This record gives sequence, structure tokens and C-alpha cells, in this order.
Amino acid sequence: MREFTLIRARSAQDAVQAMTTHPEARLMAGGTTLYDLMKLGVERPPAIVDINGVAELASFDTAGTRELVFGSLARMSDVAADERLVRDYPALSEALWRAASQQLRNMASLGGNVLQRTRCAYFRGGEPFACNKRAPGSGCAALDGIDRGHALLGTSPHCIATYPGDFAVALVAFDAVLDVLGPNGMRTIPVEALHRLPGERPDLETTLAPGEIVTRIRVPATKLGRASTYHKIRDRESYAFALSSAAVAVTMKGNKVEQARIALGGVATKPWRARQAEQGLAGRELTIETALAAGFAAFMDARTGHHNAFRIELGARTVADALMIAAQRT
Amino acid sequence: MTTGPDPSSLPTQVNRREFVLSVLSTAAASGVASAAPAQPRPADAAPEAYAGGVPLALTVNGQQRALTVDPRTSTLDLLREHLGLTGAKKGCDHGQCGACTVHLDGRRVVSCLTPALQLDGRRLDTIEGLQQPDGSLHPMQQAFIDHDALQCGYCTPGQIMAAIACVREGNASSPDRIKEYMSGNLCRCGAYNGIVAAIGQAAGEMGKA
Repeated sequence: MREFTLIRARSAQDAVQAMTTHPEARLMAGGTTLYDLMKLGVERPPAIVDINGVAELASFDTAGTRELVFGSLARMSDVAADERLVRDYPALSEALWRAASQQLRNMASLGGNVLQRTRCAYFRGGEPFACNKRAPGSGCAALDGIDRGHALLGTSPHCIATYPGDFAVALVAFDAVLDVLGPNGMRTIPVEALHRLPGERPDLETTLAPGEIVTRIRVPATKLGRASTYHKIRDRESYAFALSSAAVAVTMKGNKVEQARIALGGVATKPWRARQAEQGLAGRELTIETALAAGFAAFMDARTGHHNAFRIELGARTVADALMIAAQRT
Repeated sequence: MTTGPDPSSLPTQVNRREFVLSVLSTAAASGVASAAPAQPRPADAAPEAYAGGVPLALTVNGQQRALTVDPRTSTLDLLREHLGLTGAKKGCDHGQCGACTVHLDGRRVVSCLTPALQLDGRRLDTIEGLQQPDGSLHPMQQAFIDHDALQCGYCTPGQIMAAIACVREGNASSPDRIKEYMSGNLCRCGAYNGIVAAIGQAAGEMGKA
């Protein structure tokens, strides 16, 4: 592992200052992604800004009537177990406890989870594998490689790496926003606008400017929360990344869908909101047939590779099952 | 992987501090938690920065320890290579197997992905600290024996530390819940049925204690 200078921030402002002074520094919260990638030599930061002592970022409040507020340093396990979340926003709680293990959830922060990097084996594997995300311009070994877990949506000829997170997918379904502190002060962006499509620059993963840090995640309070779920399909029942997942929320009028929210995980290069599928459901009766049609609509633009085509039907069925689970909670 | 130089060979003073704050030295000396709110200091003061060794004061199995480590050191390597506590095992070293599970401030974590630099002012408990002074085993240790919840034993310290936390969290209320909340601990011998049974037994006994 490359040697680094350690900087301990005591406030969010400290962290911004340090990140501005050391442009190549990395922010460390739980470290579960960053430290892992440093061991692999994929991340080689010359400086680490440790924000674990920044108490102002660590709290969260789900009691508000207008919005739920999560400090970016709140730990996944604490938020997952929050009673209000479990009752009124099950998709948010499930997206957290169906990720990683309890050990990792005790360590990992919400902000770090949202910003976690891809699990693409060619990205993590380092040399000799080509990877435009890790080494811009080197190519993409996944395109003609083992792409079973790679993305179907949002890909480019330069990168098909899957965004691996769960919580951000649920946040996107609920129109959550991020408060971002930077050298020029605070701004707010939708979670949906945080991650970039890979396009020609897969190495540019987010829209955060140099020196900017995520301080809070805010979710607008909504009656959609109650009938929601985060449905996650994996190679094993627990402790694995998603082959496909869906964050789904519905409100019903009689037996007809009033409003539906659908976001996809494990199948796209970023947290993926499936608006076409949502609109197709509005005003229609919810049956397994209409649910499945919505599922396939969500994958209309899917591009398959050598080994991942099975995940179109798997993904469509994940959406359909999620819709039926959520509707039972109305 | 390399673990960096032996901390005993590092100077006790850090090599290069860009900024020195009294906060750190008082925290290290008194064992004040690093997560404590920042103490008042001038508005133009910069964050603490270290290149080279990081001084740590922590409690390991009830004992105070003070040492200086290379900032790249993992908690697992700190335990095994620097403190001689080899109970926590290195399985994957990437947070994928759970063999290195320990308790940090009473919560289970994987020590391989916990940088030691996060330990200042904190409490670490490992499998070595479970046994009572009179030699009697923790109910979870005894339950693993009673249910043959191991074969080779390599994953067992991590399983037991995770299992104790699982019970304390309230996540051992049913076999299904135990399976979900123990999924971060792999057992390649496949002793899972015994592990789930052992946790069920110990959960009852720990509740009585």
C-alpha cells in the first residue's frame, strides 16, 4: 500500500479545507470500500482525510413531518434498525440491511455507501486488466470478458461496470437530495444527479466538484413510503451484491395504481430510475401481468453482452415481485 | 500484503506534522475518544495531519495500550503482528469472510477493513478476552463445543465474536434471523447448522446472565 499523509478533520469545514489543500486526498469514513481498494492498489491516495471524528455529520432524524434527514456519517446498521424507517419506509431500511454484513454495516457510513465504487473484477483486479475507470484510455477488459454481473443499462463502449450499491437506489426512488459542502459553500443536488453515466470518461464517477463533501442526505416525507420494498436477488440468499434489485413504492386507489416509483439496482452503471415503467402502471390495475409488463418496460433499453442476457428477465421479474410485495403493504 | 515497518522501529514523535494541535496529545494521553466533539480552537487552525507514525491510545480486552503505528496498518495486523493476539484470523483480508471479526466499542466489525488509525481512544475486544479469570468459557464458546459448531476451527473466533454481538443486538430471535445476521461469517467446512443451533442455545443463556 502506498504511504499516505493522514489528516484528521474535526468538522465538515475542516474536511473541505483539507480536501482543497490536498486535491488528490481521499475522504475516509468507514473505509470499507476505500481501504479495501488501497490494499488492492487500485486506490493510491497520497493523503487521507479521516472524518470519523466529525460529530456533526453522524446524527440522523426520521421524526420530521416534511423530510427525513441523515448525516452522511450515520452508520448503515443504526439507520437500518430505525423504527420509523422500518415501519414507514421499509424500502430504505431493507436497502440497508440487505447490503453487506452486520459487521460492515456497523462500520460503513451512508455517504460512503452511496459513493461506493464498482465491484467489476477487472477494475478491482488491477494490472494486467484494461480498465478505463482505473486507468483512463487503457480499454475495457469486461467487454470481451466475464460480464455475467455487468450492467445492462447506462453502459458505453468504454465501460459496463455495474453500480453496486443498494441504498442509493432506494434514495433515487424517493427523490432524495444531498447537501454538499464545498469551498464555495453549500449546495443541494438530487441523489439521481450524483452519479454520472460512464460515457467516454468512466473515471469520472460523480458530479461532486473538487473539495466537495456530502454532509446530509434528505428524503422528502411521502405516503409512498409505507407500501414500499427493496427486493434484492443474489447468487446466495444473503451477503452478496445484487444480480438485480428493485426499490419500489406504490399508492393505490381501489385496485388501481395511483402512483408507482421504480428504481433498479445491480443492473445499471448508476442508480437507475425507471420512469417509463412507472408511467405505464399509473391508473392501471395491479396484477402479476401488469407488474411484469412494467418490469420488462424498465429494461426496454437494455444492452446485453456475452453472459448477462439472463438478467433482463430476472430484472423484470424482480420488479414485478417487488410491486406485488409493496402493494400488499398498502 | 505488507504491513509496514514494525511500529517499535518508528520514532515515537511523528516524522512530519504539518500542524500540531493540543487536541491530539491530550486525547492520546487521557484516552479521550477520538469521536469526542472538537475542542475549541482558533478558527484559522488547520486539521491535524501526520506523515509517518500515528500515535494511538486504546483499550484491548480491558488493558490500556499506547503505541505508534504506520497509518497503513489494519486493526487485524495490529492485533496479530504487534500485540500478539492471534485469535482473530486472516481469511480473505478484504471484508468478505468474517474470520477477523472483533468488537469495537462493543459493536462487531471486521478488523481487516478497520484501519488502525481509527482506534484512538476506543475499546477493542477479541476472542482472547472472553474467557473468565477462573478459566470458565463464555456461554457462546461452550455452545459451539456442545453443538460441534466447527470442524477445522479457523473461522470460529470470528463466528463466536459475531455470534455474541448478534445475540446482544437482538438479532438471534429465530433461526432465520440468526442466518441473516450471521451471513457475514463464512464457514468453508459447512458447520452452519451447528453454528445456528449453538447461537440459539447461547442466546437463552446470555439472556439469563
